[in-house]
Amino acid sequence: MTQAFRIDNGGLVNREKKLSFKFNGKSYFGYEGDTLASALLANGVHLVGRSFKYHRPRGFFGAGVDEPYAIVQLYRNGETEPNIKATEQELFEGLEAKSVNCWPSVNFDIGAINNFLKIFLPAGFYYKTFMWPKSFWYRIYEPFIRKAAGLGVASTKHDNERYEHKYEYCDLLIAGSGPSGLASAYAAAKNGAKVILAEDKPRFGGSLLTSDVNIGNQSGKDWAEGLITELKTMPNVVVKNRSQIFGYYDHNMLVMSEKVSDHLPETKKYHPNKRLWYIRAKEVLISSGSIERPIVFGNNDTPGVMLSSAAKEYLKVYGVLVGKKPLVFTNNDSGYETAIEFKKHGVDPIVLDTRKNPESEIIDEAKNLGINIKNSYVVVAAQGYKKVKSADIASISEDKKKLGKIENIQCDCICVSGFWTPTIHLASQSGNKTKFKEEIDAFIPGQSKQNETTLGAASGIFSLEETLKTAFTAGSEISKKITKKDNEVAIPNVVEKQSSQHDKFWCVPLPKGKNYKRFLDFQNDVAVSDVEIALREGYRSIEHVKRYTTLGMATDQGKTSNLNGLQLVSEIENKVVPAVGHTTFRPPYTPVSIGAIVGREVGKHSKPTRKSPMHEWHKKNSAVFVDAGVWLRPRYYKRGNENLFEASKREAKNVRTNVGVCDVTTLGKIDVKGPDAAELLNRVYTNAWLKLPVGKARYGVMLREDGIVMDDGTTTRISENHYHMTTTTAQAANVLSHLEYYLQLVWPELNVNVVSTTEQWAGAAIAGPKSRDLLQKLFPNSDVSNEGLPFMGYLEGDLFGVKARIFRISFSGELAYEVNVESDYGNFMWEKIMEFGEEFNIQPYGTEALSTLRIEMGHVAGSELDGRTIPYDNALEGLVSKKKDFIGKRSLKRSAFTAEDRQRIVGVVPLDKKTSIPEGSHLVKDYKAPLPNPKLGHISASCWSVEYDNPFSLAILKDGKNMVGQKLFAMSPLKNKVIPVEIVSSHYVDPKGERVRS
Amino acid sequence: MLYINCPHCGMRSQNEFSYGGDASVKRPELNKEVSDQEWDDFVYNRKSLRGKHLELWQHISGCRQWIKVERDTATHEIFRTFKADEEVA
Repeated sequence: MTQAFRIDNGGLVNREKKLSFKFNGKSYFGYEGDTLASALLANGVHLVGRSFKYHRPRGFFGAGVDEPYAIVQLYRNGETEPNIKATEQELFEGLEAKSVNCWPSVNFDIGAINNFLKIFLPAGFYYKTFMWPKSFWYRIYEPFIRKAAGLGVASTKHDNERYEHKYEYCDLLIAGSGPSGLASAYAAAKNGAKVILAEDKPRFGGSLLTSDVNIGNQSGKDWAEGLITELKTMPNVVVKNRSQIFGYYDHNMLVMSEKVSDHLPETKKYHPNKRLWYIRAKEVLISSGSIERPIVFGNNDTPGVMLSSAAKEYLKVYGVLVGKKPLVFTNNDSGYETAIEFKKHGVDPIVLDTRKNPESEIIDEAKNLGINIKNSYVVVAAQGYKKVKSADIASISEDKKKLGKIENIQCDCICVSGFWTPTIHLASQSGNKTKFKEEIDAFIPGQSKQNETTLGAASGIFSLEETLKTAFTAGSEISKKITKKDNEVAIPNVVEKQSSQHDKFWCVPLPKGKNYKRFLDFQNDVAVSDVEIALREGYRSIEHVKRYTTLGMATDQGKTSNLNGLQLVSEIENKVVPAVGHTTFRPPYTPVSIGAIVGREVGKHSKPTRKSPMHEWHKKNSAVFVDAGVWLRPRYYKRGNENLFEASKREAKNVRTNVGVCDVTTLGKIDVKGPDAAELLNRVYTNAWLKLPVGKARYGVMLREDGIVMDDGTTTRISENHYHMTTTTAQAANVLSHLEYYLQLVWPELNVNVVSTTEQWAGAAIAGPKSRDLLQKLFPNSDVSNEGLPFMGYLEGDLFGVKARIFRISFSGELAYEVNVESDYGNFMWEKIMEFGEEFNIQPYGTEALSTLRIEMGHVAGSELDGRTIPYDNALEGLVSKKKDFIGKRSLKRSAFTAEDRQRIVGVVPLDKKTSIPEGSHLVKDYKAPLPNPKLGHISASCWSVEYDNPFSLAILKDGKNMVGQKLFAMSPLKNKVIPVEIVSSHYVDPKGERVRS
Repeated sequence: MLYINCPHCGMRSQNEFSYGGDASVKRPELNKEVSDQEWDDFVYNRKSLRGKHLELWQHISGCRQWIKVERDTATHEIFRTFKADEEVA
């Protein structure tokens, strides 16, 4: 196997190390240091894909991040990843890649028939055609378009790679390691500034790797290497390659994606695949360089047509010839540099220059080398289908409107240079309003908005000497302000060839009678004719033209197409380019893996998992867990083959007949301390708190200022100035913030402290008619009789040497207690409860039984306190004080809240006493009424009543007060159920509340 | 992501804070007769300014203090920050 297009010597690849790889099933080899693109080109492979819309053959257009064509599906270590640019993917041993957007193969693609239908597929075709009939959209049009569109396939497997996030702070963040990045980094580092220098490519140096210049008596490449080597040794400098800064956000925060492992056959142990850096920089220096722009001509998308800078890079960095009969088509001197490189490697290029009589050192050199140069000449069209075979060329008149006689010349590649476009994406993302610079026909950053400075080619400075001078100065001046050090760095001498003024020419006119497609946007197949149509149809704003034609909307985000698009609009509209303006640059600059964005927060790590101190006991005793907010709680304890329904019924029934124990550690707990604690509670809760004695608990409801119930719970007065507040599991954090808000901002005069103690206490609810007997065994020295510890009473007890808090409160509606001990003793408490409870037939119960017990008692919980209900709706108006003021009280006077037929909680029982009513069902009068059937209420919670052995639900129902006894229908279109029901009291069991007081 | 100068802790990233709305809103005093209009203005009506805005943030993953932040809602520029009990001149 030979690589027909690899030159014998030269380039920066490691020729000692051969790497084999596969493309579309065929084996090739390249060298270490190659990209997939350079390795394919070395093997003469130019056809890599099909275009998005017309499925025209596509090759390579660039050599890096700007590549619009060469997008492949990558296979690595059993995984696959779409949307990989072959020009960025480094070669590794065993790499496999495939073309995308073609079927059955890249050589024979059925979709290419679109190319022959192209007169039927102009801009807006999809919008116009698939409008009618409407019903066809989901069934026919969309599936068809989906199959035809797309640039690859996402893996459906779990991604086993690891992605990391990192936060970093620095004095100067420098984006890009070309001449301006290196110079400014060096100057700033010498002043002791903390510097991060980021480079998206594997090699540092940017344009210095390919340009023929001399800095400080060394070649540009050697100078760059020396500087990087020194920077790497400095403790205040972080140098990162393969790292793309893709977003510039508020307050100088930038995000960078570091490809840690993509260049390796597999990720090393303990290494991430990618690392996302969130970098907060005091100052940002943008040295992102520039991207060559194409000249538009007929069939300019044919494989073999590419940027002249890319051809030079393939030659100088990778030692690869993109062709052996090259045609260089240029409007400036850069094309000559490429031609000179070809000539030096024994290949004879032809240069077509649109200018009449350009003169410069570079052109002189080309002439001296005997390169064939044709002035005032253009490429009219490329010829060849899957590869350039020849070019139609012609002379062009001085006004650039008339073409001379067309001749056809043989060539195997066309290297285009339409001058340079500064890469202003990051500057623009920072909020910087860009301005148009006439001399270079492009936008450059304007006034800085954040602490950012753009340097070098990105700021429109194309001379190396000036770039280095400004970059060294900027680096030292900006760092000096931060570090207060001023270590002077000598600016080296530069030897570079002077170039002449470029020609503003950017698009070759169509010859008479020819209808060549002239592409502006190569990835999205947007041609000159498409933009013309959009403008003809009345689209004026460049943002609208972009969206209608999809110009610049592909994954390359128009890096090579935007400016030519603007040129065209300005020409047709007869406006200058700055008047047309450009579309907004938004992050990310390049596609970023979803994995990198998500980082480690996947699966179980997507949120913290909190476990109670009794978790291990639950696990050992076959608990089935459920996510309750951030907590894992036992839902039920499985016995034998029981399912959820059977187990929860058994557990609930055991509470009603014997005694059960439930882990209530997850309840929110807040310590409220201080001389004004009672006053605070009195303002926060709807009921009165000033007279609660020490050793007593009280149930309270708190509102938001808009009158809606925020949370409920019991609060116990532990001592004179110390209260123990409980909240629901879900609202714990919000309630704490709520209290802090009032204490810090509204009533700072109140002398109260609040602190969360949720995790400091483990809690067990002991409920059931035998709970007192059990409690007496646990606390033999305490008086837990009905007199000693009455309902809503509180005691401190000694649980076999462990200090415990005993609250006589009940959520289940049974005689019940809650015991709290310090978290470390939680498991000890639990085991003691189980041990002494055995003789009373104790069983642990989970959240499902807990729900059943509270629902049939008519106790409200989160499903009723859903952010839409007031106390009245929950039958809690008895707790609303008429005398004192409290948070949200004034809102309760709103007319909607006092309406006669206001919604209210009710109980719901199916008439057949068998069919469970799905939660969320709507209550309606007539289930046959035409849609939308007026909804009277909804089922908020459902259970199987263990007391009556039939289904029972709670509902929030309009005019619920007067609805008891009425017959309605519970409708669940989702579950396709209609259930005739009767409305009953929400207090289905023990309506007088005798059990809790027994 | 904003970079907020907590008057108690120093410069911290936005993800340590939670937003608390307009800081210029004053809660009517307790037990005071309040008209519907006054109450609506307190609970619901906000100016939603474009430009300089005094707003509340809580340093929820830090010192848990509520602070006042003077911020431009259009540019996100933060001019000054204050402690909860500091007068804003």
